[in-house]
Amino acid sequence: MALPRGKSLKADHPDVTLHPDGRAPFAAPIESVRMSSEAEATVEPVSMTPRLAVDVRNVSLTFETGDGKVDALSNVSLQVAEGEFVSFIGPSGCGKTTMLRLIADLQQPTSGTLLVNGVAAEQARLERRYGYVFQAPALFPWRTIEKNLKLPLEVMGFSDSEQRQRAARYLELVNLTGFERKYPWQLSGGMQQRVSIARALSFDPALLLMDEPFGALDEIVRDHLNEQLLQLWNKTGKTVLFVTHSIPEAVFLSTKIVVMSPRPGRIIDVIDCNFPRDRTLEIRETPEFAGIAQRVRMGLRAGHSYDE
Amino acid sequence: MTNSALALPATGAGSLRQHPLVLRYAPIATIVLTLIAIWYVAALLMNWSLVRDGFEREETPYTVSDVIAGTMSAERPLLPAPHQVISAFADSVFGYAPSAPRSLVYHAVVTLSATLLGFALGSLFGIALALMIVHSDVLEKSLLPWIICSQMVPILALAPIFVVVLGALGLHGLLPKSIISAYLCFFPVTVGMVKGFTSPDPMQLDLMRTWSATPRQVLAKLRWPSAVPYLFASLKVAISISLIGAIVAELPTGGEAGIGARLLAGSYYGQTIQIWAALLAAALLASGLIGLVDFAEKITGLRMGVRP
Repeated sequence: MALPRGKSLKADHPDVTLHPDGRAPFAAPIESVRMSSEAEATVEPVSMTPRLAVDVRNVSLTFETGDGKVDALSNVSLQVAEGEFVSFIGPSGCGKTTMLRLIADLQQPTSGTLLVNGVAAEQARLERRYGYVFQAPALFPWRTIEKNLKLPLEVMGFSDSEQRQRAARYLELVNLTGFERKYPWQLSGGMQQRVSIARALSFDPALLLMDEPFGALDEIVRDHLNEQLLQLWNKTGKTVLFVTHSIPEAVFLSTKIVVMSPRPGRIIDVIDCNFPRDRTLEIRETPEFAGIAQRVRMGLRAGHSYDE
Repeated sequence: MTNSALALPATGAGSLRQHPLVLRYAPIATIVLTLIAIWYVAALLMNWSLVRDGFEREETPYTVSDVIAGTMSAERPLLPAPHQVISAFADSVFGYAPSAPRSLVYHAVVTLSATLLGFALGSLFGIALALMIVHSDVLEKSLLPWIICSQMVPILALAPIFVVVLGALGLHGLLPKSIISAYLCFFPVTVGMVKGFTSPDPMQLDLMRTWSATPRQVLAKLRWPSAVPYLFASLKVAISISLIGAIVAELPTGGEAGIGARLLAGSYYGQTIQIWAALLAAALLASGLIGLVDFAEKITGLRMGVRP
């Protein structure tokens, strides 16, 4: 189905090795159904992009530093279908955050193409197609929680009443109703991060980019927020790209796990992971969960990530 | 207060030590009393030979206690005793109608109006410069050296030039003084606000970018609020400097009115007590002005939800 595109790409770039196991980019059943309608239409790659939330092709990013060139990302390709939950896992310096920043057009690749929702990353940013959640909540300390939520809406020119409604709706979604008039310092770290997630969702982007959003939180809070995030994803049907250091977190949350390796930053494995959408933390005790976690661990080890 | 522990032994016994008023004012009271004591000793020592020579010239018999009394009440002492300064100050503040040229209130108001106008002009100019520097690399490179140079020329040398040049342009009275005062006080504001405008967290700037905020929105919603603490820190420096600027500017104008004029007149006629009274007025004016900025800072802090 997706092979014609894969072929044409490989003709131009014989070294594309995104899916080492040779699987088609979309393994999840939802996407394969959608695909059939357009599969025969054309072999032109661009025409197939609309159903892809993110389409990264042969992207490289090289920094010039005092010590010479650093390959932050080397010839990376990845396709993410709408509605997927994709986790990026790998050691520091493997380029997972860089990947997210490229998709968000916060940085530009040295070479390669990058489409978000079928348009160039810059265009997608200008059209406000994604919400970004950083490692820290990055709330604006002089604004109340409600006003923090309203900030992107103000920037985007929503009407006052719409701003109020949305702030209320998304505060409820992250279980923070009643905290509207509080200032960020009055909330715990976990609550602040929930506010920042609500803020990213407030303008209803189809794509959510999350860069280790729970990295700074303790494990209990983290587990709790993982469950909430999963429910949120299930409820809203957003596409989520999620950077993490934690194998259990990646396996628990994702439909697809992208294992990355440093020097040069590259993708070494893409693992499908299709637990039921309404899963709970208990699945972490199942053999299937352990199996996938094991495969992620193997992938990380294969990248020699921790040996150096 | 950190130094309250140091001052406590001086305040005496028991439960009084824990009284909030004592805790609050004991440190400052201790320092003031110590300074006054030192001042009295200094007045005694510095005026001693003056008074003794006076007695000897008139060939009247004198005792040590006569000399001591003389050092505390000399008409033109080298260093007037604190009570002399305070009574001269009280006389010239309360002894005349506020509009009389001998009233210190009259002179203070003249200086104050030049200070406030200069402070307003200088602060606005300083903020404008900071905005230009923050938004343009070219301006940063071309303006910054001049800004720094402007502060290396002693104002005492520049002030007469300003007065002459502005006088030739037909500007007299308040405005030349304000411009000299503004010339001094814009500098800390520029330096502080450049720091303030560039103080936002990179994550906050990235967030604004993901929402594709316009530069104006970034300025209004992020850079300005982030710069507020820096603004007040620089304003506190600026307002005391603009008072100094206004006083210095009064010296070459021939000394018709203002605290500077009082200082000049005092030094012409050897009226040390008058000089000290004028200095006291300047000090009180400065602390009042800084207090006002402090108050504005507190109010702003409350409105911006600053952690108490």
